[in-house]
Amino acid sequence: MRLEARYAVFAAGTAGLAFLLVWAVGDLPPFGHYAGPYGDIVAKLVEPQRHMANAVTAVVFDYRGFDTMGEELILFAAAGSVALLLRETRDHDTNGIVDAVQSDALNGFGAVGAIATFVLALYVIAHGLITPGGGFQGGVVAAAAVVLVFLTCEYRAYTRIASSKVAEPLESIGAAAYVLLGVTALALGDAFLENFLPLGVTGRLRSGGSAALVNWASALAVAGGFLLIFAEYLEENMAARYRRDEA
Amino acid sequence: MSVLPYVLAVWIFVVGLFGIVTSKNLIHVTVCVSVCQSATYALLLAVGYRDKGTAPVYADIPTSRRVVDPVVQSLALTDIVVAVAVSALLLSFAVKAFDHKGSLDPAELAEQRG
Repeated sequence: MRLEARYAVFAAGTAGLAFLLVWAVGDLPPFGHYAGPYGDIVAKLVEPQRHMANAVTAVVFDYRGFDTMGEELILFAAAGSVALLLRETRDHDTNGIVDAVQSDALNGFGAVGAIATFVLALYVIAHGLITPGGGFQGGVVAAAAVVLVFLTCEYRAYTRIASSKVAEPLESIGAAAYVLLGVTALALGDAFLENFLPLGVTGRLRSGGSAALVNWASALAVAGGFLLIFAEYLEENMAARYRRDEA
Repeated sequence: MSVLPYVLAVWIFVVGLFGIVTSKNLIHVTVCVSVCQSATYALLLAVGYRDKGTAPVYADIPTSRRVVDPVVQSLALTDIVVAVAVSALLLSFAVKAFDHKGSLDPAELAEQRG
């Protein structure tokens, strides 16, 4: 189809779509007047029922834990597909790789920064039930802490910490732990993914029951998934670059 | 003008759609898909907002305080993280397409043989 014809079809179709969408959202409750009962019920019940201060984390890992498991498995499938697509023979000589960062000061700052960022990640994950945070956000920060090692130090140091051989089991253990926690609830006579541990005191780190464990499992899975994706891209890039140089 | 935030979400979606249709580069397509996803986050969060409501975290506020809807926030936050992984998958398609055909232009890659 010629370019102008394609643009004309697009314009017509999108005009119709935009009109229908604007008409539809016009029927929503006015902005700022959220009407629905579900959010109010959850906000009222989250402290007495689940002893969690953060209502969003309670919804993600406890009330709607099943949906989060689905999202978790999407992440798992995406990371696995990236590994499948980008994985080919990658024999490359790591000794010949010239690192982009040569300055020792940057190496030092990067190493300290990576450790600090990792501690921050653990903080965000652990306090997910009390303050904004949780497994998803903290998992991404943990992956970023490891990537910082590659950015500021050498490639060899990065592969020692988080090559795809390390990231893969990490992600699998996280995803499996999530499902196993759900199955444990089943085995104990509750519903799948129901809270089965003692709930603790609101506002302390040990609150929320088994949702806290689900929190850590998803943090492991998210961090592992992102590290796997990054490791696959990096190893493919390094193999391509250093194979071509030798040829 | 209390419907304007929702219309904004529709506008962002249409812009992303325009980017996908008129794109000449697979990487650009991936970013435009990401823009369309951002439109859904904007719509979700706009639906859940409540006037003078604060974040639904009771660590330092009393339970009687007005809060916004926590459910749509949970949808948006898991979605953002997963969307990054899906974008990585789309980009790996682009890498493989470039390796095999030598081009990132969707028009050139659309020709099927056999």
